[in-house]
Amino acid sequence: MASRGPVPAMDATAIDRALVRIAHEIVERNPDHLNDLVLIGIPKRGDNLARRIAASIGKNAGIAVPVGVLDITMYRDDIGSRASIPKPSDLPGSIDGKTVVLVDDVLFTGRSVRAALDAVVDFGRPRSVQLAVLVDRGHREFPIRADYAGKNLPTPSGANVKVELSETDGRDQVLLEEAP
Amino acid sequence: MAGAATAKPDCLAAKDLLGIEPLSRDEIQLVLETADTLSDVARHPIKKVPALRGRTMVNLFYEASTRTRTSFELAAVRLSADVVNISVQTSSVVKGETLLDTARTLEAMSVDFIVMRHGSSGAPHTLARNLKASVINAGDGQHEHPTQALLDLYTVRQKLGGIEGKTITLVGDILHSRVARSNLIAFTKMGAKVRFCGPPTLLSDDFSTLGAEVHHDLKTALAGADVIYVLRLQFERHRMGLMPSVKAYTQRYAITPERVKWAKSDALIMHPGPMNRGVEIAHEVADAPRSVIVDQVANGVAVRMAVLYLLEAGRTKRAAAAGGAS
Repeated sequence: MASRGPVPAMDATAIDRALVRIAHEIVERNPDHLNDLVLIGIPKRGDNLARRIAASIGKNAGIAVPVGVLDITMYRDDIGSRASIPKPSDLPGSIDGKTVVLVDDVLFTGRSVRAALDAVVDFGRPRSVQLAVLVDRGHREFPIRADYAGKNLPTPSGANVKVELSETDGRDQVLLEEAP
Repeated sequence: MAGAATAKPDCLAAKDLLGIEPLSRDEIQLVLETADTLSDVARHPIKKVPALRGRTMVNLFYEASTRTRTSFELAAVRLSADVVNISVQTSSVVKGETLLDTARTLEAMSVDFIVMRHGSSGAPHTLARNLKASVINAGDGQHEHPTQALLDLYTVRQKLGGIEGKTITLVGDILHSRVARSNLIAFTKMGAKVRFCGPPTLLSDDFSTLGAEVHHDLKTALAGADVIYVLRLQFERHRMGLMPSVKAYTQRYAITPERVKWAKSDALIMHPGPMNRGVEIAHEVADAPRSVIVDQVANGVAVRMAVLYLLEAGRTKRAAAAGGAS
């Protein structure tokens, strides 16, 4: 029996709306720290999401939020089990005392976020660290939750959630690929 | 490029790094690119990453070395591995233990990486065949010194923006130099032209069969060169009669400010160290702005981090594949 093809879970409009909502929520929840917000994206798609959220905050609240990129390859607990070539991190200055919002495309087991937290604290001592994701698909293996989630998407654990963004993939969409 | 091109590697395929010879061009490129990223770690507030936490590396040196041993040690430490240094003077080797027994003893203590320097060509290969640990050749006799060649490639690429099409002239004691041999293979593989220059007693014409242009006249060897790579006169390996005198050598082959002008005006000056100042290289040349000898040392740490990390990535990958198959 042929397995079903990928099922669309979010289209471009839904992604856009989700990111705008996350931008609003970040501003609402950090009224006293708007000037020390830093958005840090986890490649390969979190960095582009972070830039879009920052643009949205700029548009709606008139604040220029610095954006950085954090490579977590050297902090993972599964070296060699995936494409594991490290890429440079690029943080916008010191993160000491800042309110850092980590941005990733999909929250699944929580292992990437665990690695990202370790990496962040090697760069400085932020006042707090929050987490924004486009899709929360469940199946956590660590006590980690998202502060901002674009969409909660219940999934079978063997399935694959694929986020495509125009910057890297030519178009915006989220697909749910069923387990074979 | 055709769509059928094979995928770029994301780790080193072999368990060990014994020479430049077995590496593919893509693997060399991968090491250089990974070193680019890892050179950042030295500029972080916390100068280490946890990638090799819980791994152990042993420096097993049967020949004197300060810079290579320290460089490997720093590379391992910046990746959070634990390091044990063994030098022959303090080991059971002086009690007559064989190379293989020493290595098996280390393996019994669950060592993951053995970095080895040995006076005999092929000694690391013997270890590698018999051990599960990854063996890295840090210089074997007159054979190879792969991480030196990798850091030299990295330095040339960093300073000149690329390697392909460049001309590298290595000057001096080619006969005894594993650095010359590894660099010949490495630079040729990456599309550069390699010239060897030295007196006939230290450079036989046979080297041309390995792909080097052989010169005995320094002026022609340096004409149009992008890099002047000065080799150390290895007095400790010289038998009697290879050179009439040090003075005779320096008169014809020492790299002086006047002779530097024979190469391209922006040619780099390189030396693997340690230098015999005033012998194969003049003080003024060693300290000239075009000298990148200090950069070579700095780059050595990043390149060795890349090698350790990519060997580990390959090892984990093979282990996962083996586990999945059973």
